[in-house]
Parts: sequence; structure tokens; C-alpha cells
Amino acid sequence: MDFRPDQIERYSRHILLQDIGVEGQEKISNGKVLVIGAGGLGAPVLLYLAAAGVGTLGVIDGDVVDLSNLQRQIIHFTPDVGKPKVESAREKITLINPDVKVNTYHEFFTPDNAFDIIKDYDFIVDGTDTFPVKFLINDACVLGGKPFSHGGILRFEGQTFTHLPGTACYRCAFHAPPPPNAVPTCSQAGVLGAIAGMLGTIQAAETLKFLTGTGKLLTNRLLSFNAKTMNFRTVNFKKNPRCPICGEHPVITELHEAEQAVCELKQK
Amino acid sequence: MATIIVNGEKQEVNLPLSLTELIIRNQVEQPDMVSVQVNGDFIVRDKYDDTAISDGDEVDFLYFMGGGCC
Repeated sequence: MDFRPDQIERYSRHILLQDIGVEGQEKISNGKVLVIGAGGLGAPVLLYLAAAGVGTLGVIDGDVVDLSNLQRQIIHFTPDVGKPKVESAREKITLINPDVKVNTYHEFFTPDNAFDIIKDYDFIVDGTDTFPVKFLINDACVLGGKPFSHGGILRFEGQTFTHLPGTACYRCAFHAPPPPNAVPTCSQAGVLGAIAGMLGTIQAAETLKFLTGTGKLLTNRLLSFNAKTMNFRTVNFKKNPRCPICGEHPVITELHEAEQAVCELKQK
Repeated sequence: MATIIVNGEKQEVNLPLSLTELIIRNQVEQPDMVSVQVNGDFIVRDKYDDTAISDGDEVDFLYFMGGGCC
């Protein structure tokens, strides 16, 4: 791939990095990344990946922008309220970097569309807000052999790890979704807006590390932080032989409908 | 008295101590909702009572964190 002079200038700070250089930037430009959810996590992930020049960005989200989103979902602006999140995201991505090809899916990620959507991408980013969908992303990626970044935030805390085929998955640590309402989501318990940025930028960095083969990914490690203390901690966890999807005797061999209602607060 | 490491921090505990007792001692808010590793191995929930903590054990409580956030 030959970069145009304006692209050399645009990506100069990447190209200067010894670990990235022109070759790494080419890998980024050839990369195809799917971001599931254009919300708190998806917003910073998409903005940074667009700025970085990821060749193709897929965005899937069935929601429209709500006023209560703007406290943290920094890809959406006040005039976007009421607009499909994928459209609002596409506009900002294109404004930041017109070279990025954007595929939008104005729908939710379900067992019916999961494989069909992820198959075209090199790396998947979980920016969703409910456990059933997080488990669905895990299951689709494990069964489909796709790498992904898991992310979760709540109140002042965040948690993330990266999965590559053959490394520990979400179900290795957490077998199944918690019962409905046993663990609050952000829409119930709240979240400090900047936490979404803290965790989302970690996920974006992992994506760029993956695309360029740089450094050591967060595989077999769960990174957690608490912004109240600003303590960051990485816990090693390994593939669990009893994991129901990637263990020695897997019982999950296909995708199932999520067991928990989406975004409980909205339905109250 | 034994020294164990819980979530990366040293704790002095009296033995014998089961994993269930350690969970209570650490005031885990929702014991059913936590995933527990002892020395790098996940412990099945119905074995918490039978899992004895030993001197030098490293215990990690992993919590569900579900927001994304809509």
C-alpha cells in the first residue's frame, strides 16, 4: 500500500514509533474492526480507531441517541439526540478520517445475526452494556474463532481482557450470566463518564496492538481498575478445563437467545 | 496465624479457614456473583465450603462488571 503525502503526515506519529512504522500503519489501514455498541465504550473506541486510520470500521447498535447518553458517549453530540447511534457515529468517524470505510448495522447483536456480522472482521470490540450480550459476543467469537476485547464499566470501575483463539475466554472466568438484576448495569447504578473513556481507550490500544502485532496483549489477564483509588490491577487467569464453551467437555456448541432483558431501566 | 494474598494484598488469617469463611471475612457483597481463583485455579461454587485455605495461598475475587454503557 502506498500512502499519499497527506496520509504520511496524518499518521506521522504512528510511523515514528519504532514498533509501528510504515509497515504497522499499513496493517492498521488494512484492518477491519467491528465495534459492538456505539455507547460509552464504543464511542472512544471508534473515535481513536478512526483517527488511527483503521481501514474498515463496523458499528452495530440498534439504539438512537438519548440525552442521557451525552454525559459519556462522546461520539454523539447534542444535535444528534433522536438519531440512530450508528448514523451519528458514522458522521463523526468520517469527519475525523474520510479514509475510513464505515459499515453500519442499525440493529442489535443477536444469535441470528452474530456469525454473519463478525465473519468479515479481524477483531471485535465489546462495547455493550448487558451480560447476555457480553456472553453472546464471547460465544460467537470463541465458536467463530475471532479475537475480541471484552470491556465492562460500572460506577467508578472498569474491567477488560483480550481474547485470542486458544486463550482464556469470558466463560473461563464467569461461567454464565448472573441472574437478571443480581448485578446492576450502568443504567441502574450509574457510571462516571470519564470511566468509559479510560476503559474504551484501553480497548482501542489493544485493538491497535493486535492489528500491528505490537507488545503483549491482555490475554489470560483481567485488568481491573478503580478510579476512586486509581489502583490498576491485572489478575492472571487461564483457560478453564471446565469452561462450558472452550473447556475439555464443551456444552455450548451454538448460540442461544439472551436470557436477560436489555437495559432494564428503560422498561420500568 | 497464616499469611495469604487476597486480590494482591497480604492478609493475616487464622487457620483452619474455608473459602466460604474467607469470602465472608472479606465482605464480598454478593458471594454468589463472584468468581474465585485460588492459586490460579477457579473453584466451583459448590466447593467453596470444602476448599481449605493454606498458608501462602493467593486468592482472587473476580467480579461481574456489565456496563458498556447504553
